[in-house]
Amino acid sequence: MTGRQKTFTLGGIHPEENKLSANAPIEVLPLPKQAIIPMGQNLGAPSKPIVNRGDLVKVGQLIAEAGGFISANIHSPVSGKVLKIDNVPDASGYKRPGIVINVEGDEWEESIDRSVEIKEEIELDGKEIIERVKEKGLVGMGGATFPTFVKLMPPPGKVADYLLINGVECEPYLTSDHRLMLEKGKEILIGTKILMKALKVKKAVIGIENNKPDAINHINELAKGYEGIEVQPLKVQYPQGGEKQLIKAALNREVPSGKLPIEVGCVVQNVGTAYAVYEAVQKNKPLIERVVTVTGKAVRKPSNFMVRVGTPVQELIDAAEGLPESTGKIVNGGPMMGKALTSLEVPVVKGSSGILLMQESESRRKPESPCIRCSKCTYVCPMGLEPFLLAKAAKVGRFDIAEKELVMDCIECGSCQYTCPASIPLLDYLRLGKSMVGAIIRNRKK
Amino acid sequence: MNMLTVSGSPHIHGDESTKKVMYGVVYAMIPAMLVSVYYFGLNALRVLLLATAAALFFEWLIQKYLIKGPVTITDGSALVTGILLAFNVPSNLPSWMVIVGALVAIGMAKMSFGGLGKNIFNPALVARVFLLISFPVQMTSWPKPHAIINGLTDAVTGPTPLGIVKEGLDAGKTMSELTPELPNYLQELIGQMGGSMGEVSAIALILGGLYMIFRKIITWHIPVSMLLTVVVFSGILWGVDPEHYADPVFHLLTGGMLLGAIFMATDMVTSPMTRGGQLLFGFGVGLLTILIRIWGAYPEGVSFAILLMNAVVPLINRGFKPRRFGVKPGVEIKTS
Repeated sequence: MTGRQKTFTLGGIHPEENKLSANAPIEVLPLPKQAIIPMGQNLGAPSKPIVNRGDLVKVGQLIAEAGGFISANIHSPVSGKVLKIDNVPDASGYKRPGIVINVEGDEWEESIDRSVEIKEEIELDGKEIIERVKEKGLVGMGGATFPTFVKLMPPPGKVADYLLINGVECEPYLTSDHRLMLEKGKEILIGTKILMKALKVKKAVIGIENNKPDAINHINELAKGYEGIEVQPLKVQYPQGGEKQLIKAALNREVPSGKLPIEVGCVVQNVGTAYAVYEAVQKNKPLIERVVTVTGKAVRKPSNFMVRVGTPVQELIDAAEGLPESTGKIVNGGPMMGKALTSLEVPVVKGSSGILLMQESESRRKPESPCIRCSKCTYVCPMGLEPFLLAKAAKVGRFDIAEKELVMDCIECGSCQYTCPASIPLLDYLRLGKSMVGAIIRNRKK
Repeated sequence: MNMLTVSGSPHIHGDESTKKVMYGVVYAMIPAMLVSVYYFGLNALRVLLLATAAALFFEWLIQKYLIKGPVTITDGSALVTGILLAFNVPSNLPSWMVIVGALVAIGMAKMSFGGLGKNIFNPALVARVFLLISFPVQMTSWPKPHAIINGLTDAVTGPTPLGIVKEGLDAGKTMSELTPELPNYLQELIGQMGGSMGEVSAIALILGGLYMIFRKIITWHIPVSMLLTVVVFSGILWGVDPEHYADPVFHLLTGGMLLGAIFMATDMVTSPMTRGGQLLFGFGVGLLTILIRIWGAYPEGVSFAILLMNAVVPLINRGFKPRRFGVKPGVEIKTS
């Protein structure tokens, strides 16, 4: 690397990295006895079941269809008998519609190529790729779970010139993308090529933070064989994995307030998504499994597992040698943006990147004290907002102020709350502000 | 198994706390405290202990018996106010006046606004100005610094360098006539001059300031813009007429300039929230200070300047916003 190390310029924090499972190779987790498949696994409308109780299904068989344009198909991750179609627990803490399948054997759809050979040649054309990605139920694997095919179809008048592959993994603890890059690098690069073809772009940049030098070297070495793909090492800073921050860091382009990356000619996809694209397009395999990190300071065996969607969290924890006695909180995702789980029956879904077991001592928030107007929240906000002001506006119900001060630009990264010396739950108030202002804007449009 | 905690993200927190911030300020004031005791003896110790004890006591009293809410005197904020109050008075101030000052700082300037974080004006400065206006004689009789601890009585008092200049110029003397009466730069730097307890030693104050910048308790913006304004403004006047205006270095090193720039104007609660706003705030303080020092009735203007600028902080906060991501500077933000 020459010159100044690249990173985004506004705000940012440096939480302890704690990548405990970085050296644990991906292990294939045994099949669960029962798979619980929530219908709401993607951003947008939930999927609609197309199987009935008692049906026999194979691995990879379509079991639920997209419930709207911004939605995704769901395929059975296991083979067996549909036990029930009922409300099931999900990461949100609510019970929502889902399909429960009793696992019997492991019988796959014949159309899926299960061979281990890597297939380089991309036979499908752009349109067919998008169709395939849509059909196979692909969503963003970084956590936002936005249906992948939608991002591959820029709105009329907008053209992409860069594809960005997000290998930043800026969340502390999580290592699933890191391991995937080390172990499935070639597939990720072919997936990137496929995405480039679908988007008709000549250039792709894979952004990886400097705390993963092995991944940078490995992907860099492999990328030499692929025209137009470049690796961009980035200086470690949270939340660099945010789309807008990554685009700023890698290309110095700034997505305008309230707009999408395509506005500056960019499409961002996670490395996990690139891998899933490879599997869908080259191997005809739907999105039915993913890499999940199981980690935490007291976890006996911090691990990375290749897990079928629908596997209850309990089984992952068992495979990591059990729930430590000291556990006080279980987070689905990373410690900055993940959701605390209410039960261990919650299944792995397409967007699950990790399970973090936090110790009792680190589980509770510190008591809140008055704001001392230190402005640290403002300094760390990667969007240039004033969290103290937005939180206050939301608290007293002045959503007009919250809107004017751009609460909708908040990416919910949590940097403000992480930094606040008074331990004010700023993000709680900002989320409140966002949901109220969002509702106000929708009503105004009616 | 234990009950699991469920709360919104983020699930980790940095190790900053209000207490750490406040005690960081206390540590930063240790050099100046030591210097004040070294120069002004046990009397300085008396004022320091009295001011901090009274500040803590009044905060406890008001929180427990008047507001009947939680008592938070261990958070360090009242301690900071107490020390700053002591820094801002002469070491021979009668004890009861120190106590009155603490009551004004905590009761009037802080708790009546709602306590920590809610006050508009810097509590220690409100108390200082209150005392200055109420007891002008006692507040301006400055003991001369002695290098050794010399008991509870300070026999020798005299004017501050700023006072000498103000009176001398008003009496028609020129700067070159006044210079022999003034301490030299080295004496000013180490604090060999009359003044409030905490303000005399530039070196001790700068040390504290560097520590606070290192600990990220303050940033350079307010002190630098304030002091730069002072240097430029007083420098222009001095350049035009060095016989009737003191030089910029003299302005920097005397009176409460550095104490104000490093410890008072940078008070988080009463200064602007954005860098741009902080630069303007510092500029305003510097400008007002020189205006008061040169054309005002008082020889020293830092306290008044900071309090006046404190009053416009809410306005500055409205006008100065951080640079928003994805919004071009100068472009009106449209709300849909």
